[in-house]
Amino acid sequence: MAAADVQVLSRMGAQSAPIHEAATKARVSGGSGRLPARPRLLVLIASLLLIGVYVFPLWNVRLTAPQYPEGLGMHIRINTVQGATENDLDNINNLNHYIGMKRIEPSAIPELRFMPWIVAAIVVMGLLTTVVARRWLVYLWTTALLAIAAAGLFDFWRWEYDYGHNLDNEHAVLKIPGMTYQPPLIGGKQLLNFHASSWPAAGGILAGVAMVLALLAVWFTWRAQKLPLSRD
Amino acid sequence: MARDIGRVGGQFTQWYMTISISRAAMLTIAATAVVGAATVYSCTAASGGNDNVLAGNAASKVYVAPGKYDEYYAFFSGGFNGQVMVYGLPSGRLLKLIGVFSQNPETGYGYNEETKPMLQTTFGPLPWDDTHHPELSQTDGVPDGRWLFINGNNTPRVARIDLKTFETTEILQIPNAAGGHASPFTTPNTKYIVSATRFSVPIPNADVPINTFKQNFKGTLSFITADQPGKMDIAFQILMPGFNYDLGHAGKGPSDGWFFFTTYNSEQAYQKLELNASQNDKDFIAAVNYRLAEQCVANGKAKAFKSDYFHNFLDEKSRIAHSERKNSVRMLAPQDCPGAVFYLPTPKSPHGVDVDPTGEYIVAGGKLATVIPVHSFSKMQKAIADKAFDGEVQGIPVLKYNSTLAGEVQKPGLGPLHTEFDGKGNAYTSMFISSEIVKWKLGTWQVLDRMPVYYSVGHLMIPGGDSKKPWGKYLVSLNKITKDRYLPTGPELAQSAQLLDISGDKMKMLLDFPTIGEPHYAQAIPADLIKAQSEKFYKLAENTHPEATKSEAAGGIRRAGKNVHVNMIAIRSHFAPDNLEGVQVGDTVYFHVTNIEQDWDIVHGFGVLGADNAEVVIAPGETRTLRWVPKASGIYPFYCTDFCSALHQEMQGYVRVSPAGSTVALMANTSERAKTQATRTSALPSKMDHEMGERANGSR
Repeated sequence: MAAADVQVLSRMGAQSAPIHEAATKARVSGGSGRLPARPRLLVLIASLLLIGVYVFPLWNVRLTAPQYPEGLGMHIRINTVQGATENDLDNINNLNHYIGMKRIEPSAIPELRFMPWIVAAIVVMGLLTTVVARRWLVYLWTTALLAIAAAGLFDFWRWEYDYGHNLDNEHAVLKIPGMTYQPPLIGGKQLLNFHASSWPAAGGILAGVAMVLALLAVWFTWRAQKLPLSRD
Repeated sequence: MARDIGRVGGQFTQWYMTISISRAAMLTIAATAVVGAATVYSCTAASGGNDNVLAGNAASKVYVAPGKYDEYYAFFSGGFNGQVMVYGLPSGRLLKLIGVFSQNPETGYGYNEETKPMLQTTFGPLPWDDTHHPELSQTDGVPDGRWLFINGNNTPRVARIDLKTFETTEILQIPNAAGGHASPFTTPNTKYIVSATRFSVPIPNADVPINTFKQNFKGTLSFITADQPGKMDIAFQILMPGFNYDLGHAGKGPSDGWFFFTTYNSEQAYQKLELNASQNDKDFIAAVNYRLAEQCVANGKAKAFKSDYFHNFLDEKSRIAHSERKNSVRMLAPQDCPGAVFYLPTPKSPHGVDVDPTGEYIVAGGKLATVIPVHSFSKMQKAIADKAFDGEVQGIPVLKYNSTLAGEVQKPGLGPLHTEFDGKGNAYTSMFISSEIVKWKLGTWQVLDRMPVYYSVGHLMIPGGDSKKPWGKYLVSLNKITKDRYLPTGPELAQSAQLLDISGDKMKMLLDFPTIGEPHYAQAIPADLIKAQSEKFYKLAENTHPEATKSEAAGGIRRAGKNVHVNMIAIRSHFAPDNLEGVQVGDTVYFHVTNIEQDWDIVHGFGVLGADNAEVVIAPGETRTLRWVPKASGIYPFYCTDFCSALHQEMQGYVRVSPAGSTVALMANTSERAKTQATRTSALPSKMDHEMGERANGSR
C-alpha cells in the first residue's frame, strides 16, 4: 500500500498537461466519463468470479445429531438444492416428516429456476461494463449486484422461515408447543437433537469476493472522479 | 477354633476380659482367614502364569477406548453353530455373527425366500452344518480382505463370505466326499481353495459291507476354483487311498504350485479308530503338485465322473440366491498323472500341516508324536529327482523320511497340533495335551519359550500367520476346554480364547475372551484392509428384485391362485400398506418387504403373528420375502422387529384373514393407485411364484 502511495505521488509529480486536461474533462463529464483501467479490471474479475456460482454451491447447511455423527448436509446451489451425499436430501426430508416440515423439493422452489438467469444477466452486464467502460455502468452494476445478493439472502431467509414455521401440524407426529425449526442464515443453532449450521460455501464466497471487488471498483472510480490526478 | 483360643486366654482373667480377648482373637483370626482366602483366590485367578505381574500393562494393551476401533478384524468359525463370528482384536469384542451353513433367525438368513436356496444340497435344504476353518482370500500369498471362505465339515461344502457386506454369497457342495475337514485352504492367489475327505467312503457312494473298507473306501482331494465370485466350481478331484485327510496348506514362494495334506488312519481302520488308527509309527503328508495335476486334467487324463451336487449363489443386484444342480466332476487318478502326488512319511497321526512364510519348511503336528517333524521343500524336490522312494501306496510313491526331513523340534511338549509363524523366523505350535503354546526357532529347531494356556489349545492364530507376510504382533490361542475360566453357566460353557502378545522375545498373556460354538480356527487381518470397503446400504435404484417396491405408492396386494403377494415398503416409521384384507385361510402369503431407506444402519424387521419360520430383517435398499400361512381366520398384527426410530413402536399393521371362500375383497390401503394395481395384475403370478411354489412343496 505504501509503495502504491509513493507511486501515486511520483505520478502526480510527473504529470503532463494532456493527462491533466483529460482528468479535468472527466471530472466535468461526471458519470458518463470513461472508466479507468483499475476499476475496469476489477469489474472484469468480479464478473468472471460470479461464473463460479454455477460450479460451486452458494451455501451449505449441515446437520449433526447424536445418531448422525457423520452428519447430513445440504448444498444450496444457484439452480437446485442438493444433498451433501447422494441420499442426504431424502434422509433430511424423511427426518423432517416427524415435525411436519414440508419436503424440500428443489423443483417446487421457483427462485431456483430464475436465479441462474438473473446472475447470468449480472455477469453479462459486468462484462459489458468492462467493454463499454462507462463510469455510470460501474455504479449501476454494483448496485444491481448488491441488490440481487440482498434479495437472494432475504429470499433464502424467508424460505428457511417458511420451512421452519409453516408446519403441517395435522400430520406432524412430534409437536412441541412454541417450537419452530428455522435453520440459521449464518452460524449454528440447536434444533431438537440436531445441531444445524449454515455457512457460505465456495460459490457464496466467490460471490462475496465479487461484491467486494465491485465495491472497490466503485471506490476507485469515485476517487478517480474526485481526484482526477490519481488516474490509473 | 477362635472360641477355643478365646477361652484359653480367658482362664487367667476376669470374665469380661475373657469376653474381650475372645472377641479380639476372633476378629484377628477372622481377618487372617479373609486374607488367606483372598490369597488362595488370587492364586487361583492368577493361574495364567506370569500375567499377575503384567496385569496392568496387559489391560492397557487390550483397551480400546469407547468409540475407537480395533486394530484387527478376526474371523472365528462358529464350529457346531454353523456360523462365523467377527471379533475385534486386541479387545476381543464380538462385532457380528454371520449365518453361513445354519439358518439364522436373527436376520432371517435361510428362512426368507431369498436366502433359502443358499442351504440347498442333494440331501435337501439343510439348516445346519459344522464350520471349522475360516480362510481369507489371498493375493500373492498375503490376505487381501476380499472374501472369507469357510468349510462345512458335516455335509461337505465351502462358502464364500463377501467382506464388503459380511454376508454369505455363495455355497458349493463337494460331491464324492464325506467330512470336508481339510478345507477351505487357499492357494496364494485364491485360484483354488481345497476340500479333502476326512471320512473315506465308497466313491461313488454305495451300499457295501463296512468291513470291505480296504477294497471299497476312498478319499478325494478337491480343487475348487474360487477367484470368480458366484462361479465356484470343482476344477478337479484326485481319487486317493482310503485314509483320513485331515488338514492342508498350499506351498508358497519356492513351493508355490504344491499343496500338502496330512493323513491319518493309514491303517485303514473302520472301527475303534481311537486305538486302531494309532498303530502305525508314521502316517503321511500327501504332497500334491497341483500345477501338474491341472495339466493332466487339461490333457484329458481325468475322467468325467458322474456326481451330484449343488452350487448356490446370491445375485448381487436382486439379492436373491439361486441354486444350480451339477452332475459331473473331472476325477483324476494319481496313477494317470505320475509325479503329481507323493507321500511324505510323518510321525504319528499328523494333524496340522503348515508351510512357513518362506515356503521352504513344511511343519507337521503329529498329535501323538514326541517331536515336531519339519520337512524341507528343497530336500523333497531332490528326493523326488533322486527317486529316494520307500515303496509306494496304491501307486503313490512314498519318499524316505530322512530324505525330506529338515529337522525335528525335540521335546516340544505333548500333543502338537498346529503351527503358525511370526515372519521373524519363529514358529509357534499349539500343544493340546500339555496345554501350552511353544515358540521355537526355524532352522535351529530350538524351543525358545512356552506359555501355558487354559485349557487344551486346538488351533492357534497369528494374523496372516499362515501366509507369506504374518503381522506378528498378536497370537490367539483357541482353547478347547473352558472349565473355570469364566463365571459358570451350567454344564455347557462358552469356549475360551486367549490373546498373547508375541512382539517381544517372551510371549505375554494379555486377555481371555469367550467365543461361542466351537471356533476351531480363526483368521485375522488388519482392519484397514477391510473397513473402508464395508458397504453402508444397498442402492435402492439398483435393486432388481422382481418384487421390489420402490415407493410408497407402488405397494399393493394381489392374488395368484392360492398365493397372495403383498408388496410393501418399510421406512421410518411405517409400513405401506399397513392394512391388508381379503386373505383367506388356505392361502400362502408372501410379504415382499422393501426397505426404501438409503441411510446407514436404518434397518427394519418384519414379524407377523403365528409365523412358523422367523422374522426377516431388511437392510436399506433390499427386498426380503417372508412366507406366511395363516391357519385360522382373524386379525393378525405385524410389526417392525428392529428398533429403527422414535416411532418404532408405531411401526405396525394388520392382516385380516377370512374363511376360505369368503367374499371379502382383496385390499391394501396404500393408495388409489395400489388398488387399481391389485385389480390389474391379479391374474399375473409373481416372477418368484414358480420358485416359491416349488419350495412350498418341499420344506419350509
